[in-house]
Amino acid sequence: MKELFPKEHVLGFVGSLLLTLAALTVIMFKGMSNGLAMTILLITAAAQALVQLILFMHIGETDDKKSLYVTIIYAVVVGLITVFGTLLAMVWGY
Amino acid sequence: MSFDELFAPMKEPMILAAGISIIVGAIAVVAGLTYFKKWGWLYKNWLTTVDHKKIGVMYVFVALIMLFRGGIDALLMRAQTAIPENGLLNSEHYNEIFTTHGLIMILFMAMPFIIGLMNIVVPLQIGARDVAFPRLNALSFWLFAAGAGLLNVSFVIGGSPNAGWTAYFPLAGTEFNPGVGNNYYAWALQISGIGTLMTGINFITTIFKMRAPGMKLMKMPMFTWSALITNVIITFAFPVLTVALALMTLDRQFGTKFFAMQDGGMDMMWANLFWVWGHPEVYIVILPAFGIYSEIIATFARKNLYGYKSMVMSMVIISLLSFMVWAHHFYTMGHGVMVNGVFSTTTMLIAVPTGVKIFNWLLTMRHGKIQFTTPMLYALAFIPIFTIGGVTGVMLAMASADYQYHNTMFLVAHFHYVLIPGVVFGVLAGYHYWWPKIFGFRLNEKLGKSAFWFIILGFNIAFFPLFILGLDGYARRMYTYSADTGYGPLNMVSFLGALMMGVGFILLCYNIYYSFRHSPRETTGDPWDARSLEWATHSPVPEYNFAVVPKINQLDEYWFAKKEGRDITAGEYERIHMPNNSSAPMWMAGVMFLFAFFFVFSVWAGVIVFGLATLGFLAYRSFEKDDGHYIEVAEIVETERRLGGEQ
Repeated sequence: MKELFPKEHVLGFVGSLLLTLAALTVIMFKGMSNGLAMTILLITAAAQALVQLILFMHIGETDDKKSLYVTIIYAVVVGLITVFGTLLAMVWGY
Repeated sequence: MSFDELFAPMKEPMILAAGISIIVGAIAVVAGLTYFKKWGWLYKNWLTTVDHKKIGVMYVFVALIMLFRGGIDALLMRAQTAIPENGLLNSEHYNEIFTTHGLIMILFMAMPFIIGLMNIVVPLQIGARDVAFPRLNALSFWLFAAGAGLLNVSFVIGGSPNAGWTAYFPLAGTEFNPGVGNNYYAWALQISGIGTLMTGINFITTIFKMRAPGMKLMKMPMFTWSALITNVIITFAFPVLTVALALMTLDRQFGTKFFAMQDGGMDMMWANLFWVWGHPEVYIVILPAFGIYSEIIATFARKNLYGYKSMVMSMVIISLLSFMVWAHHFYTMGHGVMVNGVFSTTTMLIAVPTGVKIFNWLLTMRHGKIQFTTPMLYALAFIPIFTIGGVTGVMLAMASADYQYHNTMFLVAHFHYVLIPGVVFGVLAGYHYWWPKIFGFRLNEKLGKSAFWFIILGFNIAFFPLFILGLDGYARRMYTYSADTGYGPLNMVSFLGALMMGVGFILLCYNIYYSFRHSPRETTGDPWDARSLEWATHSPVPEYNFAVVPKINQLDEYWFAKKEGRDITAGEYERIHMPNNSSAPMWMAGVMFLFAFFFVFSVWAGVIVFGLATLGFLAYRSFEKDDGHYIEVAEIVETERRLGGEQ
């Protein structure tokens, strides 16, 4: 029975809930400095992404490392373009 | 919302008539199915199917119906503006019609048509027996159908969205748009968008993991390549839409201020997020059409595709660039020269890989023995017409000049010149090309060609005048204009062109009936003497696609095998493992339809009940044991003998 229990998935589920709660503190506690708030958000966001990738998507379980890296690089590039392009268009260059 | 408000749209005679015709049509379908005792057949063979070919056919079927819905919207708009000060539609009705025309044509016609053709063709081209996740594929289809249904329900119950298909804030916010119309927008797109995202993941997995032995990535047919890249774009672009729509729902139904004008909200952030998804969306619908043209041009020029590697590279570059250009949709927002300069440059860069593809197609045809079949005619017409669309696109890409063109009919003419040859001609070409593969007979060439000429001439007559009108300052989305402006005559020309296109589409559909009755049945499975693997199996294709999965040594293996007299489908039969049909996707999408419908009206009891029911389907699936079934060798032998023409 033990090997049938989806340990990773339950861990991931609980982990993502906890990380969401941690991110929520940013608006629950008024008067937090902007720097601290952004730090909490960035760290919880990165941790959240790792939880999803490792515990739910089993990113370490593939033998095909090359396509894994190509996919991650493509994803990171598109993500960065979207984030920094938006900052450029909506904040910095406005 | 009172009962009276709920059915308020019905007070308009045209909408009432449309509503009644929907009910009459539905009764006719139900009565017909009952009379001919086809319910069981429909349920067993179609509604519960997980077969990629049947799901593809259902996608294309719904897409054709939506083409007519969107086409009627278009004809009404052109009729309204055909003469100055026309009173056919009032301003509110006109707003609703141009909004739903855009939404339906992009999301519920172009997308399903493309995805339908991918469903039919991609597994066959790579020698797979189905997609990687057949059940998920069925769910994708049903979620799309639920979204399409929701948007079409909106115009009789509660009111259509009316803030344009782009739904810019603050116009789309509750302050200026207090009705439920834009809630429908958010939920119809949300549900079908989730389905599309699942399609994206499904097809990436299928293409990466399920190719026939020996088929390296660089030996795949070009349509499969275009499908792969399209699905990568889908996977990266659609989450942005999902988030943007969720924020829209929060703003409209829960009083948040993400896109508000005050309290720290940013109204243009909606436009930004919309186009972060919206521009890649253009390439999502256009790249597969490029793939279709590549297949068709190579087949009917009787030559291999020129510049295979550069075709692939240019698509990869387009896919990356498609994520870097979105701000060119709102140059006039008021951001600085630097921002406009950056997005102007990236936009113009896209013309380079696209140009490479155009030249590759031209060089494929050079010295070829071109056969002028219906699909080839669409491909030939595409090249010059799409080039006009592309060149006007480069004109629009210049930010400073764009201040002149922005939101005029020039822009409308430009994107119709890109999307109609680039997508509609593409899917129509593919539809004629792959029809015999699915149904076992060809569509009539004479009718197909007359439909082609009506569509192609009608298209140019309808849309070329809009370039001139736009340069004269005719703004888009105006429901009427005064005679003094002088816009009348060209608008009338445009209306006549639209009517011609309408005739063309009616001929196209009549052709189905005519060919079904009169067309000779195919026996070879390869009516066009084509190159790629889908033509190696029988037409219509058996459930398991290939009795023996072919081994691939080179690009266009089937073509060379034909020339060398080899049979790549020969071999020892083994029993074949296939997925089981399931009714769960249809019911789950139905439940999600009701969930979204109640959400639109903020009826929370219904939302909770059907939300829980949706989760119930997920839980059911988690604990369900379904190992599929086997097709035994005896049955394969029997099927192969029957399809091979022996009795």
